[in-house]
Amino acid sequence: MTDTADRVDGTTLDRVVIRFAGDSGDGMQLTGDRFTSVSAFAGNDLATLPDFPAEIRAPQGTLAGVSAFQVHISDHEIHTPGDAPDVLVAMNPAALKSQLERLRSGGTIILNDDAFDERNLEKAGYEADPREDGSLAGYVLHRVNMTKLTLEATADLDVKKRDAERSKNFFALGLVSWMYSRPTEPTLEWIESKFGKMPTVAAANTAAFKAGHAFGETAEMFGSPYKVAAAPQKPGEYTNITGNVATAWGMIAAGQLAKLPVFLGSYPITPASDILHELSRHKNFGVRTLQAEDEIAGIGAALGAAFGGSLSFTTTSGPGLALKGETIGLAISTELPLVIIDVQRGGPSTGLPTKTEASDLFLAMYGRHGEAPLPVVAASTPADCFFAAIEAARLAIKFRTPVILLTDGYLANGAEPWLIPDIDSLPDISSAFTTEPNGADADGNPLFLPYLRNPETLARPWAIPGTPGLEHRLGGLEKQDGTGNVNYDPNNHENMTELREAKINGIAKDIPTADVDGPGDAPILVVGWGSTRGAITSAVERLRNDGMQIDHVHLTHLHPFPTNLAEVIKDREQVFVPELNRGQLVQILRAEFLVDAKPISKVRGLPFTGAELIEAILEGISQ
Amino acid sequence: MTDVTLDPTKRGYWTSDQEVRWCPGCGDYGILAAVQFLHTELDVKREDTVFISGIGCAARFPYYMSTYGMHTIHGRSPAIATGLAVARPDLNIWVVGGDGDMLSIGGNHLIHALRRNINITILLFNNQIYGLTKGQYSPTSEVGKITKSTPMGSIDPPFNPISLALGANATFVARTHDLDRKHMIEVFRRAHDHKGASVVEIYQNCNVFNDGAYAPITKRDVRDDMMISLVHGQPIRFGAENQRGVVLRNGQAVVVDVADVGESELVVHDEANPNASQAFALSLLASDNHSPTPFGIFRAVSAPEYGEAVSQQLLSSNERIGPGDLKDLLRSGATWTVG
Repeated sequence: MTDTADRVDGTTLDRVVIRFAGDSGDGMQLTGDRFTSVSAFAGNDLATLPDFPAEIRAPQGTLAGVSAFQVHISDHEIHTPGDAPDVLVAMNPAALKSQLERLRSGGTIILNDDAFDERNLEKAGYEADPREDGSLAGYVLHRVNMTKLTLEATADLDVKKRDAERSKNFFALGLVSWMYSRPTEPTLEWIESKFGKMPTVAAANTAAFKAGHAFGETAEMFGSPYKVAAAPQKPGEYTNITGNVATAWGMIAAGQLAKLPVFLGSYPITPASDILHELSRHKNFGVRTLQAEDEIAGIGAALGAAFGGSLSFTTTSGPGLALKGETIGLAISTELPLVIIDVQRGGPSTGLPTKTEASDLFLAMYGRHGEAPLPVVAASTPADCFFAAIEAARLAIKFRTPVILLTDGYLANGAEPWLIPDIDSLPDISSAFTTEPNGADADGNPLFLPYLRNPETLARPWAIPGTPGLEHRLGGLEKQDGTGNVNYDPNNHENMTELREAKINGIAKDIPTADVDGPGDAPILVVGWGSTRGAITSAVERLRNDGMQIDHVHLTHLHPFPTNLAEVIKDREQVFVPELNRGQLVQILRAEFLVDAKPISKVRGLPFTGAELIEAILEGISQ
Repeated sequence: MTDVTLDPTKRGYWTSDQEVRWCPGCGDYGILAAVQFLHTELDVKREDTVFISGIGCAARFPYYMSTYGMHTIHGRSPAIATGLAVARPDLNIWVVGGDGDMLSIGGNHLIHALRRNINITILLFNNQIYGLTKGQYSPTSEVGKITKSTPMGSIDPPFNPISLALGANATFVARTHDLDRKHMIEVFRRAHDHKGASVVEIYQNCNVFNDGAYAPITKRDVRDDMMISLVHGQPIRFGAENQRGVVLRNGQAVVVDVADVGESELVVHDEANPNASQAFALSLLASDNHSPTPFGIFRAVSAPEYGEAVSQQLLSSNERIGPGDLKDLLRSGATWTVG
């Protein structure tokens, strides 16, 4: 249950957690991203945690402006970006000050010594120089003149001093790449392809990267480089993927699997915008993206396109989901397929735009007026966003209903290696449009009944404009069962309300049963959903290693629940429900199954660590 | 359900089987008739025609047409129609709503649909009152309007829908009124034929909550002197004796006696002028319901239509990099193979 990197022998580590931190303008996200990519090439398992402020450029050198990227690499399967970093790369005093408490005791600090002048120390709120006052005594400290060395390395290039200085993140990347024996070619090639159009920038970055690498080798500060061997992985072709890209690819895949054109109506919002960006690059798949005038127009346009026969999506985060509520109600009433993707972030209101939280479950479940049930699906890892998007689309199409897919900021920006799936293994989610009348009037003339339901799924026909003879009017007013005509009859409203509910509840029969990780009858059960999967898996594994009997069930379908969930939950001594909120799923489970489930809550804008969950579970058991 | 064997050149073909539920005497009946009659003359198919509305009395419109339709939520019809028009450029899409729906709760969507030049035809029923909620003042009600929500008179100045549409750079802007079926049909036809977003403001009488609001302009005995007919390429003249006209003074449209200025001084109406300034000046003539008010087409200019441009981008992306292949997409980032 130790959380530190274990040195297997003198120079080999089984895993290491590195945190790059600097000013928002220092390029730390890019540095971390590059380190991640080369580690993926090296065959390590990995998980990442980008952690950046909402401000694009907060005042330079301040605590508010610190941007960090944590990456966990290992020679075995891992599930989280690591609890406490082993190595902190701090590009300025503010980065050191704000990140130090995360570092494990005895961990390594690599400082850009040039940034530690009086002004920056003062901006970071240091009264004394931490390098001199003994406060870093418990750590291994490396002071490196990154700025100076970068400037020297680029001195012969035709590049302005300011621009040259900006390459210092590549110096840091070069140094850390050397320390952990990362291959250099992928990064050098990447610099060339990324900055090829700006040769001086490419040259400066290359020079800085090489200088950092050479510095590691010659400075005799760092001993010999460590190795982190490749993790045993299932054979196949891999790529490194973030949750937002996986979501976008899942949407495209869903369109292909449904044989429908994809439409996205969306309004820019952190942390969901990257889905819009990614999807907008793939117009050659027949994908239409509309950057709407607001959140309501985003979903409105999507619903209009759904009426026209598109596989429609809208992407957003919490504030946007709140705004979309009325249109979701219309989609429920008109029974049109639509997928609403909520990349959750800290709330309420603007909250923590760039930080993760999973506190929109209640909003997704209940955030509409009237009796307005819909399916809720949650992704649990970055790559799982791909499959979750397909599943959400499958349900939307098959049951003619809006579906809410929940991801979160941690999944959205986090990355993991992904064994690229065989596309032939993906489900066929197509469903033909209705093209012929499905009824007759009193005189026997053919008639189209837009609300005549499939007896098995209770889904209504999807007939799109352009289909002769099936002209019909949809709307938000209550409809008569079958004809879809406006109807205010009390019996009809009750019947329609029950039908809409029964349709959604019936989805339970169409989804997989919940899979239990563990013996299946352990006295302790952990129920999770969403991005907590990695942390729960890691905690449960470690607890089992210590001899605890413990099961873990992780829910993809939050409404309706899998049919076996009642069975899985009952007769446990303890049920724990870790959530990045104040206890939302746990309330639903308690209400639904009358079980004394206990919440484990975290709302700090950060994912759980395995250690936190272990502590909470042990504490819960002891009570 | 309408018998599909009925003749498309007959009004009945375009009429749904639903009972019309507007108040007896409502101006909406006349507008519905005009739209249905227009369709008997248009060369369009019922299945390719869609009416989309928001909420309000006018918004019940789609239920009464035998085409495809969607009665949506308050204010959002231009947004919903935008999605449909972008996804389905093959359809004839009409958007119907009142002044509250389009200019208050849905103002944002209206101006953006106009700005983008979405291929939709918007019929804006302006009765200067909230009808369905039983008589509150609307964003087009005159200052001082006494209603249930403004017992001491409304304070806020109204929108001029034509000025607003021109300000949003709408490519087709017109005004008509519910008493003149022939005029409505001709304006609606032009609006329908226009490529891009068209908006037609219809002076519509709410005989229950705001009866006679437009009578000072459209009543038979005053209309010659109060209604200014805009005819493309013609000097703007009106009046029982054609004695009045419109001139531009410092960019402002002013009503004059032709005898005072001479016909050559009159504004020649140019609906196709790429610069909307003159149309805007004309729009301001309708400052209240007691001033001579222009009717007809203020602006009809050609501009790229949004949905077509979207389709074009899809095509050119296809030509440039070939049709999308899911297998390749999943390998478009860096990949590596494990033994």
